[in-house]
Amino acid sequence: MNPAPSVIVFTVLSGMGFGYLAMLGFGLVPVAGWAAFFGWGLGYGLAVAGLVASTFHLGNPQRALLAFTQWRTSWLSREGWAAVLTLVLLAPQALSDWLVLDWWRGFGCLGAVMCFVTVGCTSMIYAQIKAVPRWNHWIVPVQFLWAALTGGLVLAGAGLVPAAASALLAALLVLGWRIGDGRFAAVGATLGSATGLGAIGSVAVFEQPHTGGNYLLREMIYVVGRKHAERLRKIGLLAVGFVPAAALLFLPPLLAVPVAALSHLAGMAAARWLFFAEAEHVVGLYYGQR
Amino acid sequence: MTALPRSTEKKLGLVVDLDTCVGCHACVTACKGWNDQGYGAPLSDQNPYGADPSGTFLNRVHSYSVQPEEGFAQTINFPRSCLHCEDAPCVTVCPTGASYKRAEDGIVLVNEDACIGCGLCSWACPYGAREMDADAGVMKKCTLCVDRIYNETLPEEDREPACVRTCPTGARHFGDFADPDSKVSRLSAARGGYALMPEMGTKPVNRYLPPRKKDRPQEASLLAPLLDIKASGFAGWLDRVLGKMG
Repeated sequence: MNPAPSVIVFTVLSGMGFGYLAMLGFGLVPVAGWAAFFGWGLGYGLAVAGLVASTFHLGNPQRALLAFTQWRTSWLSREGWAAVLTLVLLAPQALSDWLVLDWWRGFGCLGAVMCFVTVGCTSMIYAQIKAVPRWNHWIVPVQFLWAALTGGLVLAGAGLVPAAASALLAALLVLGWRIGDGRFAAVGATLGSATGLGAIGSVAVFEQPHTGGNYLLREMIYVVGRKHAERLRKIGLLAVGFVPAAALLFLPPLLAVPVAALSHLAGMAAARWLFFAEAEHVVGLYYGQR
Repeated sequence: MTALPRSTEKKLGLVVDLDTCVGCHACVTACKGWNDQGYGAPLSDQNPYGADPSGTFLNRVHSYSVQPEEGFAQTINFPRSCLHCEDAPCVTVCPTGASYKRAEDGIVLVNEDACIGCGLCSWACPYGAREMDADAGVMKKCTLCVDRIYNETLPEEDREPACVRTCPTGARHFGDFADPDSKVSRLSAARGGYALMPEMGTKPVNRYLPPRKKDRPQEASLLAPLLDIKASGFAGWLDRVLGKMG
């Protein structure tokens, strides 16, 4: 699949943003006054920036509001609703923290739970697609949810907990790659089943249907992005797991959080690039590619 | 809207005969020609006369070679277009309700006025049946020529999809699969029509007919001039005598 920058920015920023908003909502980051203003502002900023980026790849963004209509069937629509509900639910809590009103934390806790519902919906947009076997697996929602939680913990402050979460995120990435690399074969789609000609013998592409490029080749059969997969996996693991964990454990707190957070963002961007670039769509079979 | 109908009155679809298709691409151009006018945004081309041309098509003809365990390889031309699946994943993923399956005849369509061009339906389709139009920014797909098949201003013989109407070898057939006595149902049953990638769980309506078995074995090897074949009879005697003289 084409690793479009808009969807990478969307999933990485909104994941970390909702993770941090959840920390604030649960009251795990003891902030008040202007510290709360900037803390909540950072959470809202990341989440909203991600959501806005997701509209950049639309062919007709002026009709984007219609995407709220099909929540009964569409994960994309559900994600839209969940995101808006979350941001609205958390608003009173943000106000209370900023102005030190000491309101009841019910809205905050509910909003924090909704943060993870939102990220879960985002992950299901991808995990529901059977035609991309690598995505169509429970490991995808687990990775998205854990990445959001880790992003939130990393921003929430240094210590053993966010360091352990970062290490576990790296382990989940490795597990995801191990599972993902075998998914296409496990699903069993081949050029033989795609054409139905496998019953006769072994099928090979004799000639392509067109000499120029097309939407399918650009969007679904985008193989160029896989060139540096091995290297990107290593960079992702270092930036998501090792660097944040080391920073959060050994650097002074004021330095630890920005270093860990920036490294986490860079690592997640590399991991999400691979999440798209390495995802093989079964339509590639018709073109003799994966 | 994007909920699938539990069942449809008709199941309109195509039979594609891989035995008779000669790979002429007439269906591709007829489809492009018809869908350039009238229904929805025209299928656009980008840089059509330049170095890197590209365009939107609803039908593509692939060519495959199939090597059986014994005997010679076969070339098979393979038209690929929307299969109007009963359990169409492209419909349920749509966030806006633009993508829908009609309860009356099972045709899967896109309401272009509600399409935001997010591309998710094209991801959900295992068959590459949907292409985003780069000019209009909306998703295009086979409509089964919904603006022909019910169009009473056309002569009756033209009320079928453009690809079917144009096919010079009669490799494409259009009809109702919900009716077991329809031409397409009987043809598919008689010839062992099959669905593509059943493991994807989409329950396609369209059927493909496999190439027929050859009615006689191929006797002469096409490679005969290159092989060391021992002649017999008079030619064999001549071969031996001339060989000794040399």
